[in-house]
Amino acid sequence: MPKELVIEPVTRIEGHGKVTIFLDDNNDVKDARFAVTQFRGFEKFVEGRPFTEMPSIVERICGICPVSHSLAASKACDAILGVRIPNPAIKIRRLLNCGEFIQSHALSFFHLSSPDLLLGFDRNPNERNIVGVIKANPELAKSGIRLRQIGGHIVEWLGKKRVHPAWVVPGGVNEPLSVEHRDMMLREIPEALEIIQTTLRFFKGMIEDFRGEIRTFGNFPSMFLGLVDVNGNWEITDGNLRFIDSRGHIVADMVEPSRYKEFIGEAVEEFSYLKSPYYKPSGYPDGMYRVGPIARLNVCDGFRTPLANREWAEFRDLERGPVLSSFHNHYARLIEILAVIELEEELLNDPEILDPHIRAHASVNEIEGVGCVEAPRGTLFHHYKVTRDGLMQWANLIVATGNNNLAINQSVLQVAQHYIKGTEITEPMTNRIEAVIRAYDPCLSCSTHAMGQMPLVITLMDSKGNVLNKVIRD
Amino acid sequence: MGKIKFATIWLDGCSGCHMSLLDIDERLLDVFSKIELVYGPFVDFKRFPSGVDFAFVEGAVSNDEDEEKILEIRDKTKVLVSFGDCAVTSNVPGMRNHYKIKDLMQRAYDDNADIKEKTPKTGIPHLISHARPIHEFVTVDVFLPGCPPPADVIHYVISELIDGRLPDLTGKTRFGQ
Repeated sequence: MPKELVIEPVTRIEGHGKVTIFLDDNNDVKDARFAVTQFRGFEKFVEGRPFTEMPSIVERICGICPVSHSLAASKACDAILGVRIPNPAIKIRRLLNCGEFIQSHALSFFHLSSPDLLLGFDRNPNERNIVGVIKANPELAKSGIRLRQIGGHIVEWLGKKRVHPAWVVPGGVNEPLSVEHRDMMLREIPEALEIIQTTLRFFKGMIEDFRGEIRTFGNFPSMFLGLVDVNGNWEITDGNLRFIDSRGHIVADMVEPSRYKEFIGEAVEEFSYLKSPYYKPSGYPDGMYRVGPIARLNVCDGFRTPLANREWAEFRDLERGPVLSSFHNHYARLIEILAVIELEEELLNDPEILDPHIRAHASVNEIEGVGCVEAPRGTLFHHYKVTRDGLMQWANLIVATGNNNLAINQSVLQVAQHYIKGTEITEPMTNRIEAVIRAYDPCLSCSTHAMGQMPLVITLMDSKGNVLNKVIRD
Repeated sequence: MGKIKFATIWLDGCSGCHMSLLDIDERLLDVFSKIELVYGPFVDFKRFPSGVDFAFVEGAVSNDEDEEKILEIRDKTKVLVSFGDCAVTSNVPGMRNHYKIKDLMQRAYDDNADIKEKTPKTGIPHLISHARPIHEFVTVDVFLPGCPPPADVIHYVISELIDGRLPDLTGKTRFGQ
């Protein structure tokens, strides 16, 4: 009878996660699984609602990346309207996406992960958090807060709110950018650039300290998926899908997102509310693939903007082929922040960004639509079917983090096998298992279109049910 | 005596209220100098402690574990703040309420799955029939509505509670803000 080790809740992530480790009679790790413990039912309860409500409803899937959902929803709605949105609308939606990437990636790095990276995975949990980081390195903490704020300002000055802005709509957006706000955004760029470049230098200088983590945190071959533009460059708002294999060979390219079902299937497991997407041609579970920062940097042929492109080339030098260690998501996130700041500056200096023609108008012309964007955590799909009157009949969402479910499970197993030995379970061991999950910066509310949280007991029992060891994390 | 003990938690929500809390930006440093963050998504404590001075609870009560949790929180907390529209009215999580749970599960795990011999059921919480606001389970001391509540209002509430007063939220925020 297997012994079980349970870690719950996983902290410093978004949403509700639980880890169960199975040990054999020698206390070697046999298997591990990562479960999401909550579910809301967006794919069903939107039935009957006017499709025009979708961008607002789906924002409430997640408070960290509501913008991603409103963008994907609006693109699905654009398809239902049968419109091609005006150029200023394309650009201004892209600008919003930049703001969100800064806001979200900064949160992941500074607020959620820096306690491990800066203070150490083994640090006492009393100190291993944002409050501890503020004490140990107030300059870094303030920079992180400021960078997240700058991203939030872009979202706020476009959409009036930093969380759940009511601004992206079917056909475009509902208000143009004012000159005042454009100038305010431009004025914050030098500081944003300074913060990210300092942080990048600082983090690159520390990478050697993480050799063990780099080797074991989700370091295995897998396929990767991301959007790319017409030239194969890194792309987060429009573009087409590219799948590559673990050696970097393209296996599917320039796939229109509306064809996603030909390539992506979803599998259900008993122990989690999160489904496992897989690459259909390879079957389940061989068709595991990863999305998110390292995936995007692996699938693309480069960045259009110079500073990010230089950093990307250096990043890709880490390995001969694609970068395989999920630990490097932390590094990749910083490069993406740099890229969106450059992209933001380019967009703000384009006079068309102030153009008031920001919406196409139509009624229902198609009864089905798919919208796809890169959310900070990975590729996001919204697929809707409506009646001729525009009432929702059906929805399917494949959400960013969800794509990584198989990979997260494998990563948890890898870390558990490496760090757990014998009957003694220490807090640093369990924190490392959580830390590999944090490297994916998962958004579990998004992934099950639901959310939640809970406390932690680790119990190690033998086959007779005698408790061998128990750790209660307080 | 020690610092004021502040806890936060999310039940069936989206984390947006917590994000709005972080949107107080540099005022976070001042807040953290005055309180001790004893539980929540931003820290690694795995058990809700006793003697919490004030707790912000985001999200509706949607499954059996949320129910257990809210009772425990109420028991261990002096001032309980119902944080955001999901906690105050059940809001978007409540949109599932006129559907049967089996229909919600059918859409997600049958209609929208390719490999579906299994159904999620082992080792995970079970949905209760309706997602409900937290004041239907426990007494709430402060209602802080908004989707999310604006950061300035959150800061106001925290400041008042730190100074030992219950905040007056008249005209400061509302449902759907």
